[in-house]
Amino acid sequence: MEAVDGNAIGGLLVEVFGTEMTGAATVCGNCGDARPVAGLAVYLRAPGTIVRCRTCDSVLMAFVTVRDRMCVDLLGLAVLG
Amino acid sequence: MAGTALRRRLIWQVAKVSAVTTETASVRTLTLDVPDWPGHQAGQHLDIRLTDEDGYVAERSYSIASAPGEPVAITVERLEDGEVSPYLTDELRAGDDLELRGPIGGYFTWEPEDGGPLLLLAGGSGVVPLRSILRYRERTGSAVPVRLLYSSRTLDDVIYRAELDQPARGVEVIHALTRHQPPGWAGYARRVDAALLGEVAWPAAEMPLAYVCGPTSFVEAVSQALVQSGYPPERVKTERFGATGGT
Amino acid sequence: MSPVSRGFHRRRQDPGENAGRIPPGQYLTKDFPVLSAGPTPHTALDRWSFSVGRGGQQKTWSWAEFRALPSQDVTVDIHCVTKWSKLDTSWQGVSVDTLLDLAGHDGPFALAHCDGGYTTNVPVADLTGGKAWVAYAYDGQPLEPEHGGPARLLVPHLYFWKSAKWVRSLELRDTNDPGFWENYGYHIYGDPWREQRYAGD
Repeated sequence: MEAVDGNAIGGLLVEVFGTEMTGAATVCGNCGDARPVAGLAVYLRAPGTIVRCRTCDSVLMAFVTVRDRMCVDLLGLAVLG
Repeated sequence: MAGTALRRRLIWQVAKVSAVTTETASVRTLTLDVPDWPGHQAGQHLDIRLTDEDGYVAERSYSIASAPGEPVAITVERLEDGEVSPYLTDELRAGDDLELRGPIGGYFTWEPEDGGPLLLLAGGSGVVPLRSILRYRERTGSAVPVRLLYSSRTLDDVIYRAELDQPARGVEVIHALTRHQPPGWAGYARRVDAALLGEVAWPAAEMPLAYVCGPTSFVEAVSQALVQSGYPPERVKTERFGATGGT
Repeated sequence: MSPVSRGFHRRRQDPGENAGRIPPGQYLTKDFPVLSAGPTPHTALDRWSFSVGRGGQQKTWSWAEFRALPSQDVTVDIHCVTKWSKLDTSWQGVSVDTLLDLAGHDGPFALAHCDGGYTTNVPVADLTGGKAWVAYAYDGQPLEPEHGGPARLLVPHLYFWKSAKWVRSLELRDTNDPGFWENYGYHIYGDPWREQRYAGD
């Protein structure tokens, strides 16, 4: 299943952060890869939305909607913004 | 104006389909009448949301095909076994409601002051946001030189074909037909590779700005080849559509 | 609720006389959707191995050794937490009972580890008694990578996120520690008949 990229979650990120984020800088907490959110690997077809580093595949962000609440995990990022 | 659009709250609203245009056998452009549309930038997209009678919801994102200032339009390719795209291409008609939110995106956008020369690389339906850029360039009278390299399976799969056959001044359109070519075809007849890019792309020394859009595998191969040829990564903007049959 | 989109409906099959086999909140599909939280691993069979155990006490099989173990053909219904159910799916694999017997271990809990880093937790009692397999064929063909090949865990009585794709080991543990989706709020057990999708259900 091919990943899309951070452009595909532009709307989700506005919901979560209140602002446009696809151009925001990220640094992977595992390997240090640096690229804008738009360049990250995004997996939409799963029980949640998973965003991974394009170099080392570490999970950088996870968005899971449980009933009417969204769980947001950004622990894989060293830098966002 | 761009800054205002980015800070405005993103809300779901109900638009009306004002027209459905056939582009190819599997592709339709939906022109939309959006009551509270704040305007958009070339390259942005919108999210649409479909709800069935049981409350099941499906959401998808589609690039905006029209330029800022034109009525909002999206171009949708019917994916075999798709859940949403066949509804949009085959069922929806003028007068129907369509719930959407937008515009979305601030990275894969182009304004005339971003300059060029521009290298636009389209794989299949990846041409949609690039067409918005081309139309906006023309509306603003920008003289930035543009080359559009557009990969399709066959000539019948080329979206906006009539429009692209009459490009504006300063725009070159180069087609690559990967699966089948008409008799007498003198253009590229293979998938875009590093050698083909080498013949088409602006030299890195001219400080071009590249926009690559299409299936993930196309975007990966093309963007890597550009960076290897000397384009700085920050001057190669990418938008991956996932796996489709488009190239 | 959002306005209904005229003429839009999810692709579903009418279960007809099989309605009783569809758990609450699920719909029947003839497709086999591919859901994934990461890139599809492609592990060469000559580098593949499968282990069962805890700590330094592991029983490990190479692909050739694994394929030489007694296998079963099973036909089961499967239920994904994203609400699709598929009936009468046929698989071939090694029963987890066989693997645990050969490894000489028991639970009480197991954490499945997979290529790509995915994990999921299952009580050993739900992996034994003929309830679970490590499957390497689907519908008479070698299991495709996008569906979890070379081999995946198959635990059909629980939501299908527990049937971990690309499984490489079952780590036996004393505590029922949550795996990948369980950590994000999915149910620790996941019984489709009690609709245990999320923690607290």
